[in-house]
Amino acid sequence: MAYTEEELKKELETKEYEYGFYTDIESDTLPKGLNEEIVIAISKKKEEPDWMTEWRLEAFRAWKEMEEPEWANVTYKKPDFQDISYYSAPNKKPKYNSLDEVDPELLDTFKKLGISVDEQKKLAGVAVDIVMDSVSVATTFKKTLAEKGIIFCSISEAIQEHPELVKKYLGTVVPKKDNFYAALNSAVFSDGSFCYIPKGVRCPMELSTYFRINQAGTGQFERTLVIAEEGSYVSYLEGCTAPMRDENQLHAAVVELIALDNAEIKYSTVQNWFPGNKEGKGGVYNFVTKRGLCEKHAKISWTQVETGSAVTWKYPSCILKGDYSIGEFYSIAVTNNFQQADTGTKMIHLGKNTKSTIISKGISAGQSQNSYRGLVQVNSRAENARNFSQCDSLLMGNRCGAHTFPYIEAKNKSAQIEHEATTSKIGEDQIFYCNQRGIDTEKAIALIVNGFSKEVLNKLPMEFAVEAQKLLEISLEGSVG
Amino acid sequence: MDLKEKLVSSFMAFEDGLDLDHPVHEERSNAMKNFETKGFPTKKDEAWKYTSLKGLQKIDFSIFPKHETTLEYKDVKKYFLHEIDTYKIVFVDGVYSSYLSETTHDGVDVCLMSSAFSKPMFKQVIEVYFNKAASKDESLTSLNTAFSKEGAYIYIPKNKMPKKPIQILHLATGNEAALMLQPRNLIVAEDNAEVQIIERHQSLTGNEVFTNSVTEIFAGKDAIVDYYKVQNDAPTASLVDNTYISQKNSSVVRVHTFSLGGKLIRNNLNFYQNGERIDSTLKGVTILGDKQHVDHHTLVHHAQPNCESHQDYKGIFGDSSTGVFNGKIIVDKIAQKTDAFQQNNNILLSDRSTINSKPQLEIFADDVKCSHGCTIGQLDDEALFYLRSRGIPKKEAKALMMYAFANNVLESVRIPELKARINKIIANKLGVRMGFDL
Repeated sequence: MAYTEEELKKELETKEYEYGFYTDIESDTLPKGLNEEIVIAISKKKEEPDWMTEWRLEAFRAWKEMEEPEWANVTYKKPDFQDISYYSAPNKKPKYNSLDEVDPELLDTFKKLGISVDEQKKLAGVAVDIVMDSVSVATTFKKTLAEKGIIFCSISEAIQEHPELVKKYLGTVVPKKDNFYAALNSAVFSDGSFCYIPKGVRCPMELSTYFRINQAGTGQFERTLVIAEEGSYVSYLEGCTAPMRDENQLHAAVVELIALDNAEIKYSTVQNWFPGNKEGKGGVYNFVTKRGLCEKHAKISWTQVETGSAVTWKYPSCILKGDYSIGEFYSIAVTNNFQQADTGTKMIHLGKNTKSTIISKGISAGQSQNSYRGLVQVNSRAENARNFSQCDSLLMGNRCGAHTFPYIEAKNKSAQIEHEATTSKIGEDQIFYCNQRGIDTEKAIALIVNGFSKEVLNKLPMEFAVEAQKLLEISLEGSVG
Repeated sequence: MDLKEKLVSSFMAFEDGLDLDHPVHEERSNAMKNFETKGFPTKKDEAWKYTSLKGLQKIDFSIFPKHETTLEYKDVKKYFLHEIDTYKIVFVDGVYSSYLSETTHDGVDVCLMSSAFSKPMFKQVIEVYFNKAASKDESLTSLNTAFSKEGAYIYIPKNKMPKKPIQILHLATGNEAALMLQPRNLIVAEDNAEVQIIERHQSLTGNEVFTNSVTEIFAGKDAIVDYYKVQNDAPTASLVDNTYISQKNSSVVRVHTFSLGGKLIRNNLNFYQNGERIDSTLKGVTILGDKQHVDHHTLVHHAQPNCESHQDYKGIFGDSSTGVFNGKIIVDKIAQKTDAFQQNNNILLSDRSTINSKPQLEIFADDVKCSHGCTIGQLDDEALFYLRSRGIPKKEAKALMMYAFANNVLESVRIPELKARINKIIANKLGVRMGFDL
């Protein structure tokens, strides 16, 4: 006997957030509030050189002058920026050589997350950089990578050891004054990942970062910088979770990608921050600035699966500066209960013969709001620019909303731009078809959603695709349309 | 003195000549207050992101024309759709010209807003409909409401249909160096009524004209309204056209907008579906050259179940022209079984031309069929080659293809003479001597 719709709904609503545990690790947290002293203190704690401190202060001064943006199609209680602690690090600051030295409790956390470091190390062959409460705690596979000349470490380490690279590229794609949250991040970022692929090197494994907000009342501000030299290739994964808390936590990250001539960067995200409970209480505010710069013949591909966060505000973008460069954006955004997502991309065509593809799938259930917001801009010198965008929305129930805000700006006559969007629900005939073949409604929906999202799921690396598929099922279980 | 100050200060003088006890008076003063607070929209407003009114505000427009002008019919005949017999409501510099017009009270009312405001027999209609669909929030609509005095008044009672189509023509003579016009139209089609209306704004000289027009259309149950906007004005004429349409059960309203000339055109076309099984059609052809700027802002608000809306806007942009399309579809929670379709296709002919398109969906109901498509591209080289290989010169071949591109919109024009006229204007625009009546 299949569930009744009511039962399913109930089950879905009471579905616990699986990753909502809190790890009791002693941590070193700075007092709440934000001023120049805090910025200097963060910089000092990280033993940063003077130029970095100055860089942060400049960003902070710019941030003070800025106003929080309000144009996004989301409503939320604005965070009180003086009530957040801007630095929280697991206390026994580790500089591990092997995993045995890691605090066993911390390792336990990762096991619960299903990303046990050693297991992954052995089985998946993924090098993981784990950022917990914004401090990088472990980077595996460093040696293997070092042999190829690949640098994969925390950004604070990079500031110490490769200042010339950081100085050259940090803030070039997302300037420190770019927007409110980028400026905030530039001032207070506590850690993040740094990745450098030398000329002509194909990174032999997927690089991965794992983010987790653990401490209460802290914000996470990580900064990721990926540089792919000429002719290199890298695939980069990023995953996020946070414990269950009543208050809203703030996550404001900045990701910068630089793909030099003929390089390719593939950046995948599975975002599963705590989405708040079924009354819409708590959850993470996810305000992220992600942007990539493509030189000649370079390619940047963003893939994201967004299932978590109370409020998501995220537009991974590509600046197609070089001729023949390619930008891609594949996204699945799932919202349930009271989640709100305003996500999309920007494709800025500057070079000749540039190409971009946007595939965005939005699924909304419960009382959530899901928006696609995108910009395709073709500048007057971008001859033969080509863009294809497709935004499909799936609605489950009549208390949720799906919105599309595509901006299309063309200034060149040879531009070829296509945009299409559809909104629909899961058809009764589709479910009926599955039912009569012996597939129950629940499974049928999973199947249909999976099919709906397939174009994007296919773009994810193997290990992630499985996880993402599972996440989709969990997030939507029971929401019969 | 900037334009806003000038308008605000002349409002008092404007009111002096009017009946202050009339119920509309309060609407006017409230609207003026709103305009005073909001002022002209700027590029910082999301809805005006791509269209700037800055240049217009620098011009010293005269708000009340100083003297009346009479025009000979033969001089302006070409601006009328003279091939067929129609009712005509003609305004010269904002003042009604009885000599050029042909109104009626025979079963239907085709007359003037000024008489509708003043005569007791229209009082009830004014009370029920005036300013009920128009936005009280949008500043330019408020500005028009504040100065609402003259325009076309069309009232079609139940089960009636006027004998012939109605033309509304606004002529600007250029007697003033720069003239601002604010016509206000009210169109009511009661249950099961039907009406066809053609509207045109025309400046006769190279003097600056700025028209801020508001039209309210009410369609009762099963009513059918066809509204054609012909915008082929002089290169010094600017137009902000605000149209608000309120529809009841099973009514059909079709608005066609032909933006073929003018300096700056902004169309705010708003449909509110207040009933079930409603059909709304919005279609437009835009062909621009020089430094022209056309901005189409459409809104279809699906507030009830089982309704349809169809949008189809085609744009061809040459020289340094700019096109903007912003189509918004809102589907309310209860508006299940909505079928909303929106399409915007554009061709850029020059590297200096720009198109900004923003097809927007906001959907709160799940059992709906909503889709939109937007393309920007060029003429197909292979098709062009095909035509040329059959002996059609390049220019004509291109014109043919552009015409074919726009034809979807023209197909649904229900007055053949109007269609022929538009075809002619398009042929002119494309610089070919072709009829397109293939």
